[in-house]
Amino acid sequence: MKNKSLVSITDYSKDEILQLLKKIETFENNPNQRVLEGKVVATLFFEPSTRTRLSFETAVNRLGGRVIGFSDASTSSSVKGETLKDTIMMVSNYADLIVMRHHFEGAARFASEVSSVPVINAGDGSNQHPSQTMLDLYSIYKTQGTLNNLQITMVGDLKYGRTVHSLLMAMSHFNPVFHFIAPKELEIPHAYKTFCESSGIEYHEYSEFLEDVINLSDILYMTRVQKERFTDLMEYEKVKNVYTLRNKMLENSKPNLRVLHPLPRVNEISYDVDDNPKAYYFQQAKNGLYTREAIICTALDID
Amino acid sequence: MAEIKKELQVVALENGTVIDHIPSEQLFKVVSLLHLHTSTSRITIGNNLDSERIGKKGIIKISDKFFEEYEINRISLIAPNVRLNIIQNYEVIEKKQVTLPDLLVNTVKCANPNCISNNEPMETRFHVTDKKNVAVKCHYCERVVEKEDIEIL
Repeated sequence: MKNKSLVSITDYSKDEILQLLKKIETFENNPNQRVLEGKVVATLFFEPSTRTRLSFETAVNRLGGRVIGFSDASTSSSVKGETLKDTIMMVSNYADLIVMRHHFEGAARFASEVSSVPVINAGDGSNQHPSQTMLDLYSIYKTQGTLNNLQITMVGDLKYGRTVHSLLMAMSHFNPVFHFIAPKELEIPHAYKTFCESSGIEYHEYSEFLEDVINLSDILYMTRVQKERFTDLMEYEKVKNVYTLRNKMLENSKPNLRVLHPLPRVNEISYDVDDNPKAYYFQQAKNGLYTREAIICTALDID
Repeated sequence: MAEIKKELQVVALENGTVIDHIPSEQLFKVVSLLHLHTSTSRITIGNNLDSERIGKKGIIKISDKFFEEYEINRISLIAPNVRLNIIQNYEVIEKKQVTLPDLLVNTVKCANPNCISNNEPMETRFHVTDKKNVAVKCHYCERVVEKEDIEIL
């Protein structure tokens, strides 16, 4: 049972990723299937995340399952000093599956080791958020018709952005070319560059957000440059609007280009982009539902 | 003279373990790593002895004590070239070189304060990702810790 848990995107092999994409497609075609009849799913949100929790809970409800859980650790026993292990041991007696978000990195891995039922990681601190990565992959697959040989441009906070790191790892199976656009303070960590080099993946780095790079991209993956990441606020003021995508910057982009963003966005995508058919971030969020339906069924061994 | 020297070395240890070629500056770390300060065995510790191989070395002799492989391998994190002589009946019956294992359980403390292993009563687990330069990766938070930042429990 334990190996059915999903903690990190690297828990899935290339084949498993491809199988899961097919499964997500079937849920997109038919999102209401009562395959979880009689099952109870616990959503344990030690750290609040309304968007992710609602997406998982909607997925369970549309599949006919029941949900128990909490959306804030202040309503759980952890405020009384209960260990994570005890909470997980207790809940795994009640539920068939645990979906959890926690503020500590590694919490989901540890939970998956002490739990008698599978655990799906819905975010552990700044570490992993694999259902987000799967929905990003599905969005790329759906809009490009393939995951192979794509030009992927990532923009914004490439240092702390966990969605960027996980997507990079997942895409590494599919012979991509990466373009990393970030301010000096938030450039992609050395470890990921080393990983690309050792895996024979071509990558390029830029500190300026240039149309030339947009024009050769198949996917433009935007992220938020967060003020709190900067030690020098002067530096933030300088760069905060530099990495903003405006509609006119897409003028000469490829017809198949799609703009993705894990959301929430603030000012990194100008509102005039929203009506451009190349803007895909809202559909991307919608794909989260089908993705989570497929991940839940995979964890529970339901075909 | 030669006879006295021989006597000191051999008589000191009828049965037990000699840990040799410990870099002098690491000697007391090795002592604490093996929890020798709580051991009731007869222990002889020498430090700053001349060594052709590493300049100054430390040596530890422990009577009637034979370490498990995993205990010994902990040493390799701080002193990768340490050699072990297993003594029985005054004779060296086995020489061992320490090697870094693939997985370190409850040996290293995670450097990430936000890691679950620093916030929950549990064992730490680290995968050794680079045996040559010594780098380890936390099994839980997935943070890589380089040799100079490794803190041993």
